[in-house]
Amino acid sequence: MPKAARLALALGIFVVAVALAVIGAMAYLRSNPPNVDYAAGHQSGQPVHLTIQTVGQIGFGAHPSWVSYLALAPDGRWVHSTLWQLPAHTLVDVTVYEYDTGGPLRNQVFGSVSGVIGDDYVLNGKPVRLLDSNSGNGVAHTFSVPALGINVPLWGVPSSAKNICAHAPCSFSSVHNVITFSFRTPGPGQYHWQCLIPCGAGFLDGNGGPMQSIGYMGGFLKVVDA
Amino acid sequence: MTSEETADRIERRREGLSHWKWLTGVWLILTAIIEPVIYFLIWPHLPPGNMTSSARGAQFDMMVLTMIAAPVMVAVLAYFAYALIVFRHPKGRPLVDGPPLRGNLRVQTAWITITSAIVMGAFVFGTYELIVPAGAGGAEGPSPIWTPASHTELPVQVIGQQWIWTYRYPTFGGFETTQLMLPNNTEIAFHVTSLDVIHSFWAYQLGVKADANPGVDDVAFTQTNQLGRITVRCSELCGIWHGAMYGYGEVVSPSAFETWAKAMERRLAPATRLLPPFAWTYTPSANGAGGGYYPQTDPYYDKTLYDQGRSGPEGNLPALRVEKSQRVG
Repeated sequence: MPKAARLALALGIFVVAVALAVIGAMAYLRSNPPNVDYAAGHQSGQPVHLTIQTVGQIGFGAHPSWVSYLALAPDGRWVHSTLWQLPAHTLVDVTVYEYDTGGPLRNQVFGSVSGVIGDDYVLNGKPVRLLDSNSGNGVAHTFSVPALGINVPLWGVPSSAKNICAHAPCSFSSVHNVITFSFRTPGPGQYHWQCLIPCGAGFLDGNGGPMQSIGYMGGFLKVVDA
Repeated sequence: MTSEETADRIERRREGLSHWKWLTGVWLILTAIIEPVIYFLIWPHLPPGNMTSSARGAQFDMMVLTMIAAPVMVAVLAYFAYALIVFRHPKGRPLVDGPPLRGNLRVQTAWITITSAIVMGAFVFGTYELIVPAGAGGAEGPSPIWTPASHTELPVQVIGQQWIWTYRYPTFGGFETTQLMLPNNTEIAFHVTSLDVIHSFWAYQLGVKADANPGVDDVAFTQTNQLGRITVRCSELCGIWHGAMYGYGEVVSPSAFETWAKAMERRLAPATRLLPPFAWTYTPSANGAGGGYYPQTDPYYDKTLYDQGRSGPEGNLPALRVEKSQRVG
């Protein structure tokens, strides 16, 4: 084989290898965390039930000590993901099992409930519109969708409790709070949501690590046409 | 110098003058066309619009700079086109270099004078516009150099935090909200600060841009003079969700603003009581996480959920199942 042909072959193999590596990396990045699909098979006019939990430490994976959200997939599995696909213009009934300890908010304005139906929610059976994070257990996390005006502060569990969950998914045998609320999805689009509590302990201003990572304390509501 | 050389020099000079006349003529005609186009047709559409005094000022500055730049651009392009057409090297004729510019005092003097005048003019104009007419919409730190003559501005505190903007209205009880609402025909004093890292408050249509530094009260002034919607973005890379740190606001009539502000003051009064007393800067705790409180003082204490570890308060929810891949050990 002439030298030029050998060179072209080597170059071709190199280009294909690089392309495969890039495609593989992109495929991995796009699949992790997975998309939890609540829109597939959704019947028009029916509400979507979104059940999620917040944990003080996920207990597995690359960052077992990080705080995190998990979602209960329609097939009954707890999935470590913050990418939730929802049908457009649909009522979403949310149940949050909150397993993390709380504390005072950096900005007390996020102790107010907003953007949900009725502008209040139910915390352990009691209606709530505003949480005072300077008393009691404080606020552990928030579920906030700035583009939709949604802010839901999640009351913390007592740090003195002996049965604090240390490994997700947490079960009902661990100390937890139950929060329920509803909101209506807008038109199709990707809506960024995040926790507004700087709960990335050990990072600058508490806003690094899990606060900056999809799959932990922030993600997207992927609203699609039903 | 022989008489032939003298005649050749005179001929070349005449040719040169002829080129200059042509070029100047073309340049003057094109400039006379393009300058009114910029002034009458382009100026009203230049960003960021004229919703406020500072936006209008920025738009005016852009118009002036465009009108200064346009003749320069026209001169360059006209000379380029002229050289391509007139100074084209004919096939078959020997290549002859043009007269040297080095040592040509008139050309050098004209070049230095014109370029210096343009640059110095832009410098003086820019400095004046930055400071004197309306503060240019940029932040001036805690002790502004320029302040409005009226001294009756509405103070609006802008608080940046990763990754959302909130606004406090000290003249309405100090309530805080994620909505930016402003009255029309009003002098506004934005007091911009941050609770964590450096952000930058950029209200595009208002022509206002101010850094949000923790512990610093960065003041920017503007006067609203048009109703409409405002887009607010963070223009300082402040973390991975920097791109999601945007929001919208609105300039409404003074009466609508008064109604809105008073309603918000009443509605948010319980939340306002939990906020720190109004200040131009805040020193927040380093980290809100941690807990440290006890269920005896917990208004949402639920013995069932906290102590007994029962199998859930709502029987109709799906049972918890652990995905195998998520188990550890």
